[in-house]
Amino acid sequence: MVTLLSLYVSGIATILGSAIGIPLGALIGLKEFGGKGAVKTVTYTLYGFPPVLSGLLIYYLFSRSGPLGSFGILFTPTAMILAETLLVIPLVTGVTITSVMEVDRSVKDTVRALGATSRQTTLTIMREAWVGLVMACMIGFGRVIAEVGAAYLVGGNIEGKTRVLTTAIMLETRMGNFGWAIALGAVLLSVAMAVFFFLRLLQEKEML
Amino acid sequence: MTESIRLDSVTKRYNDVTAVRDVSLSASKGEVLGILGPSGAGKSTLLRLMDLLEAPDSGSIVMNGKPVDAGTKQAADLRRNIGMVLQKPIALNRSVTNNLAYALRIRGWDESDIIDRVRAEMERFGLVDRRHKNARTLSGGEMQRLCFARVMIHSPDILLLDEFAANLDPANVALLEERVRQYAAEDCRRSIVLVTHNLFQAKRMCDRIALMWGGEIVEVAPKKKFFENPDDERTGAFVKGELVY
Repeated sequence: MVTLLSLYVSGIATILGSAIGIPLGALIGLKEFGGKGAVKTVTYTLYGFPPVLSGLLIYYLFSRSGPLGSFGILFTPTAMILAETLLVIPLVTGVTITSVMEVDRSVKDTVRALGATSRQTTLTIMREAWVGLVMACMIGFGRVIAEVGAAYLVGGNIEGKTRVLTTAIMLETRMGNFGWAIALGAVLLSVAMAVFFFLRLLQEKEML
Repeated sequence: MTESIRLDSVTKRYNDVTAVRDVSLSASKGEVLGILGPSGAGKSTLLRLMDLLEAPDSGSIVMNGKPVDAGTKQAADLRRNIGMVLQKPIALNRSVTNNLAYALRIRGWDESDIIDRVRAEMERFGLVDRRHKNARTLSGGEMQRLCFARVMIHSPDILLLDEFAANLDPANVALLEERVRQYAAEDCRRSIVLVTHNLFQAKRMCDRIALMWGGEIVEVAPKKKFFENPDDERTGAFVKGELVY
């Protein structure tokens, strides 16, 4: 249960974060606009966005007296997903920016010369940057599966409801059950390994 | 012969460099127009303008009798009938088959038609046994043949060739040149514009030749006149290989 919830929360957060971050990163990376450098710097700075701050933001927004309190999602997996998504977005956006910008300028010229519209050109460049885009998802997932601050703050570590692997490890450690904590740590690593193995297969899939 | 594309007093600048200056030139249906000139003369820029990839800073481009503005929807539609082979062959990171199919897929062809067309083009350019290989792993000659085939595959009415046979061995050069001649002969509505700095290639391939120099067209003349009694003394010097630049 705890393991599945961990996977669920991190998985959905990664998917949501990537769904926002990849297009956003492609847009920033491929379009020319004023202030592009500043936007990139801000994105990269947000790599270091502290999870507890993300948690705090969601906590404030959805707490009973907060602006979105009527949704009543605080201390549910949904709130955890939202907080984790906020953490994924800058990472995925940043890695996407770098990946699409690394696709050689001559590839863009070639694709344009072949008669592609600007939309087709963008999609083709994103596909050329495939390895980097999967990498972006990996990094995003890696951040949230291992994250504890936001999950604790907005989830509350409620048994059977919002307890995930990282918050469970914290609890067991506090209660002095080191054996359990270490075992859960091993489970966490195995889960991460399984997901990364899958993503790596996806990454190395020959795009033919 | 009717014109397929015409440039009227076109100028194109990049920052403070004028790559093409007040050029007027047209290509007719059924002809192979050569553009000769030294490196940096503006030949490639001229082709990019003809491909409607870039808008001129001044002057106009007329296609099939109608003026076009690069970057508009009208230009995007017209570009579907233009093919340009770039100087530097770049393959997409996918199989040879899918590189060829790409040019058709972006034009919305049916998959069933694509398969036949790709097969035919691979046979023509000796790429059949490479079809499943990632195109990035091809040899230089194969890569250049692939990039050439990838443009020819959608039968553009206007074919722009930018040093399409540079760095190739004689057998490959002969193969591609023969295909260009055949392509022009197959359909009299086609125009071919060939940029080269190879005098012999221009002599073998072109009906009319323009000499470009410092962003300007020095002279345009039928091949025989261009080589034998050009009006401009720079053309005479260029064809004799005496022009120092």
